[in-house]
Amino acid sequence: MTAPVIGVLALQGDVREHLAALAAAGAQARPVRRPTELETVDGLVIPGGESTTISKLVGLYELREPIDKRIADGMPVYGSCAGMIMLASEVLDGRADQRGFAGIEMTVRRNAFGRQVASFEAPVRMAGIDGGPLHVLFIRAPWVERVGQGVEVLGTVTEGPAAGRIVAVRQGNLLATAFHPELTGDRRLHAYFADLVRAAI
Amino acid sequence: MPDPQTSNSSTDAPVTGTTHVKRGMAEMLKGGVIMDVVTAEQAKIAEDAGAVAVMALERVPSDIRAQGGVSRMSDPDMIDSIMDVVSIPVMAKARIGHFVEAQILQSLGVDYVDESEVLTPADYANHIDKWAFTVPFVCGATNLGEALRRITEGAAMIRSKGEAGTGDVSNATTHMRGIRTEIRRLQSLPTDELYVAAKELQAPYELVKEIAETGKLPVVLFTAGGIATPADAAMMMQLGAEGVFVGSGIFKSDNPAQRAAAIVKATTFHDDPETLAKVSRGLGEAMVGINAGTLSQSDRLAERGW
Repeated sequence: MTAPVIGVLALQGDVREHLAALAAAGAQARPVRRPTELETVDGLVIPGGESTTISKLVGLYELREPIDKRIADGMPVYGSCAGMIMLASEVLDGRADQRGFAGIEMTVRRNAFGRQVASFEAPVRMAGIDGGPLHVLFIRAPWVERVGQGVEVLGTVTEGPAAGRIVAVRQGNLLATAFHPELTGDRRLHAYFADLVRAAI
Repeated sequence: MPDPQTSNSSTDAPVTGTTHVKRGMAEMLKGGVIMDVVTAEQAKIAEDAGAVAVMALERVPSDIRAQGGVSRMSDPDMIDSIMDVVSIPVMAKARIGHFVEAQILQSLGVDYVDESEVLTPADYANHIDKWAFTVPFVCGATNLGEALRRITEGAAMIRSKGEAGTGDVSNATTHMRGIRTEIRRLQSLPTDELYVAAKELQAPYELVKEIAETGKLPVVLFTAGGIATPADAAMMMQLGAEGVFVGSGIFKSDNPAQRAAAIVKATTFHDDPETLAKVSRGLGEAMVGINAGTLSQSDRLAERGW
């Protein structure tokens, strides 16, 4: 089985943790900061970070159109937290000028669980991932308020005041989670994404 | 590491304020620039320029130097006004050891508390017990031992100290190089010498051993103090900083919006001299600055904290 080449958008955020998780999942992982680097990858991860900042830098550094085009051509993309916001067709509680890639037909609310003092860790059961729930972090995390046709809900919050909220979705080759699997050492979600990229090559 | 807040419970209930959650928040800021702001307007300019967070404070360090007096936590009204206008995280400073200022900041909902030597210390013996809080803390350090003592007290992020409010980057480079050199030294030591190393660093053995094994701090390491130009920021990143705090350097310069955006770009492309040259052009005057070597002992902020 060949190792797919998976880039991590490296403008800002926890790039290193995603690179390590992808490598552990059997991918060739590399940072992507320039359009020329984007051309060399089979799939892309948009990491955790500040979505306001990443959305701004994507425009400033001339990556918006190339990424939009690759998404339209079917490149698999996984967005975690800020990355989920970047993949949403509609964002609530963001800046009016915030613009993502509009890949997944869904409405996402920024900082939906609250500010940092409300950030939490919890297990999440994910459809399509075997071996029990993923133990993950939610940091100033968004949630999904609405999904469109063709969007598969993979995970929801199971307990607490936000129980039932959608926090993991997939539409075609696009995968998004409100949480961070890359910070707790569980590599199953990155393996799932690496398989998705392999199947798309 | 002692962590009374980490849950070992087997239920699915969400747990706030864990070490993972506090340290994880800093991971999200990596590769970014955190800017000092004293008004909502400045906060907006910082966000527009691509800042990854803002630090709300009453006076930037260069004004604290110029005006003297006791420097304290900002007015909650001012912090609220900044939290209202930006969507990026908002940090705020508490005095060293002033746990009640930190309690107030937590109740306001700030995203990070900076227990900062830039303000006048409230306790010359003890730092804040940061494990007692849900909000995460960042603390300054001039060397590895100081960083490890802060982490032991619960700091979830470290910034190497420079000499704040001077526009002179020399102390920031000294301290960042120092911390990195001490980490490399630990990596080279045989196991039996780590016990003495821990004693010399005045830090817990378990933490010293962890660093000898991983070659890095268990928390994110930013740089701060004296950074005034895109080249300063890029140099600190090349020296091993994972992100940059800029204080007086932006809003004490000629063209804050342009300089702020240039420093953001220089931080992302810190290893690309062509890009650095491009963003360094036409920025106007940097902050005037003070040569840190001419400061008297009592004016040296970096030496506060221990």
